[in-house]
Amino acid sequence: MGHIIIIGLNHRTAPVEIRERLAFSADTIGHALRGLLERESLREGVILSTCNRVEVCALSHQGFRGAAEVKEFMAAYHGIPLGEVNGYLYHYEGEEAVRHLFRVASSLDSMVLGEPQILGQVKDAYGYASEFRSIGPILDKFFSKAFSVAKRVRSETRVASSAVSVSYAAVELAKKIFGDLADKTVMLIGAGEMCELAARHLISAGVKGIMVTNRTFERAVKLAEEFGGTPVRFDELPVHLKRADIVLSSTGAPHFIIRKKEVEEVIRIRRNRPMFFIDMAVPRDIDPDANQVDNVYVYDIDDLNNVIETNLEERQKEARKAEEIVAEEVRSFRRWLDAQQVTPTIVTLRRKFEEIKNAEVAKAVSVLGAESPKTRKVVESLASSILNKVLHAPIAALKKDADGRNQMELVALVREIFDLPDSPEQAGSGEEEDAGKTPPE
Amino acid sequence: MMHISLLKVTAFFYLAGSLLYLYFIITLNERGARLGRMSLLIGVLLHATGFVLRYAAAGYTPVTNLFESLSFFALAIAGTFLVVEIRYNLRTLGSFVAPLAFVFSIFAAFLPGEVAGLAPALNSYWLPIHVMLLFIGDAVFAVAFGAGIMYLLQEKQVKRKKMGAMFKRLPSLDVLDDINYRCLTIGFPLLTLGIITGSIWAEYAWGSYWSWDPKETWSLITWLLYAALLHGRLTVGWRGRKAAILAIVGFGAVLFTFLGVNLLLPGLHSYSSLSR
Repeated sequence: MGHIIIIGLNHRTAPVEIRERLAFSADTIGHALRGLLERESLREGVILSTCNRVEVCALSHQGFRGAAEVKEFMAAYHGIPLGEVNGYLYHYEGEEAVRHLFRVASSLDSMVLGEPQILGQVKDAYGYASEFRSIGPILDKFFSKAFSVAKRVRSETRVASSAVSVSYAAVELAKKIFGDLADKTVMLIGAGEMCELAARHLISAGVKGIMVTNRTFERAVKLAEEFGGTPVRFDELPVHLKRADIVLSSTGAPHFIIRKKEVEEVIRIRRNRPMFFIDMAVPRDIDPDANQVDNVYVYDIDDLNNVIETNLEERQKEARKAEEIVAEEVRSFRRWLDAQQVTPTIVTLRRKFEEIKNAEVAKAVSVLGAESPKTRKVVESLASSILNKVLHAPIAALKKDADGRNQMELVALVREIFDLPDSPEQAGSGEEEDAGKTPPE
Repeated sequence: MMHISLLKVTAFFYLAGSLLYLYFIITLNERGARLGRMSLLIGVLLHATGFVLRYAAAGYTPVTNLFESLSFFALAIAGTFLVVEIRYNLRTLGSFVAPLAFVFSIFAAFLPGEVAGLAPALNSYWLPIHVMLLFIGDAVFAVAFGAGIMYLLQEKQVKRKKMGAMFKRLPSLDVLDDINYRCLTIGFPLLTLGIITGSIWAEYAWGSYWSWDPKETWSLITWLLYAALLHGRLTVGWRGRKAAILAIVGFGAVLFTFLGVNLLLPGLHSYSSLSR
C-alpha cells in the first residue's frame, strides 16, 4: 500500500539559519531527487525549496519506514547530523499530507496569507520532478490536484487579492511619502515572497535602483541578477543602508535586525531625507519604535493590511472559506487515493467485467430465444470461464508482491487500461447506463 | 468710485474660488478645481485693474492704509497661489490658500475705501518698493503656511497609519516639503530686501536706520524665524514636520507683524492702524 508523506520545515518551525542549511538549490535538485529515490522504500519524490520552506514529498510503500528515510536523506544530503535538525521538521502522512500540500499551494500556509508566488514555486518543484523523472502517477495526480485546488481558492475567495493589494498599498504609500520614485533606491533584505512581490511592484513603479542583501551572499547575487540590482553583503548592510530610501525586509531572524538607534543614526547621516521601511517578516525585522523617528515611516505587514481596509474579520472569513475548499478537495482526493489500493482495484475490476458479462449473457440468451435453463446455464458458464481466465493474470499480478515497488504503477496501469472509475459503486451504475443506451439486437 | 467697488467685489470671487476648491477636495470633481482656478483668476484680474485705477486716481501706490494693505495682501496671496498651482498642478493647495485671500479681502471690504491722501512721510519712491517687496514675500509665506498645514495633516496619517479621506486627496509629503523649501528661498530674500529698503528709507525719513519701533522689532523676529528655518534646512537638513511647523509659526509672526502690530502696538509705522 502506497503512502504519501511530507517532511519539511518552514518559517514557523525553524529559524532561517536552519532553513538555509537544509535548502536545495535549483541546479542540484536533479541530483537530490535521484538520491532520494535511491532509498529503499521511496517510490516517487518531489522537493520544494523556497526561502521560507523546504519540503520533501515522497511516496513510500512501507509507511513508517519511508518517513524515517526521508529525514535521513535530508540530513545526510546536507551533511548534517539528523539529531540537529529533527526537532525543526514536521511530518505529515496520508490525508494530513494531502491537506498540507493543498494548503501550501493555495498559500494558506504562507508567511503572508495569500501571497501569489508560492504556487509558482510548487509548480517549479513539480517541473523538476517531471524533468528528472522522480514523479510517478500518484504524486503526478496529487500535484495536479493541488494546482487546481489553488486555482479554486484563488478564484472563489479573496485570500489572494489581499496579498496583492498589500504590496500595492506599499507602493501607494511610497508614492505618498516620496512623490516621484524615479530617483529612489530600494534595499531588499532577505528574500521573502512578499518582499519580492513588493520589489517587483516598486521596480515597475520606476525606482532608480535596487540593492539586495541576504545572509547567504550567493542568494543575494542571484536575486540581484533577477532584479537588475546590486548585491550587498549582509554584514555590510549598515554601510549601505544610508543609500536606501525604501527598505523592504523579510528575513527569518528571530530578533530585530534594524533597531531604532540605528535608524536614528542613518537618518542623521542622510540629513533627514525620509526613509520608508516595509517589514514583511514575522517575527518582525525592524523595531516598530523606529516609526517615532522624524521622517521615518515603518510599516509591518499588519499595518499594510489595515491600510487596505480589509479588516481582520473579513480576512479570517476568506481564509475559512479557503479552508473549506481545501477540506472538500482533500475528501475527494482521498476517495481517488483509496481507489488506488490493490483490493478496491480488484473489486472494481471484477465488478466491471461482471457487468459486461451479465449484459452479454442477457443479449445472447434473448437472441437464442431458448428460455430453457440449460441453454442459459451453458452460456453463462462459458462467459464466466472466459472472464475468469482473462482476469486471472491481471489479478494475480496485482496480488503478487502487494507491497512491492512496482505495485502502485501496476494499479494505475490496470485502472487506466480498463478505464476503471474511482469507486466500485460507480462502476456498477456506469455500466447500467451504458447497457440501457445500447438496445439488444 | 470704480476702483473701490472693484477692490471690494474681488472678495466675492475669492470666496467663490475657496468654495469651489473646497468642493473639489471633498468630491474630487475636477470641475470644482477648474472653476475655482477660473474664479480666482478673474478675481486677481479685477483686483489688479482696481489697483491700477486707484493708483491713477490717487497718484501714489495704494498700499498706505489698512484697507489698501489688506487688499493688496489678498491680491498678492491669490496671485502667488495661482503661480504655484499652475507650476505644481497642485489643486488641493487651493482649499488651504484661497480662503486666506478671501479672509483678507473681506476684511478690507468692511473698511472705508476712500482715498485719504498721502501722509507726507510716505511720499517717497521707497514706498512701493519697500511695501510691495514685503507683501509679496508675506504672500509667498502664506503659500508655505498652507503647504505646512497640508504636510502636517498628511504626515499624521502616514505616521499613525490611519488613512482618512484626506490621504488620497493630499499630495505627497515630498512635494509639500519641496513647496516649503521653494517658498522659503523666494520669500526669505524678499523679506530681507523689504527690511533693508525699509531701513534705508527710515534713514532718509526719520534719520535712523533702525529705531526698535514695534513693527521693526516684529519684522526682525519674523526674519529670525525664517532665517533659522533656512539655516536649519541648509546645514542640518531640517525638513518635513519640523519645517512645516516653522513655516506655520513663521506665518503667525508675519500676521502679527502686519496686523497685530498695526492694531495693538502704536509706533512709527501706524499709518495703517484702524484709527486712521
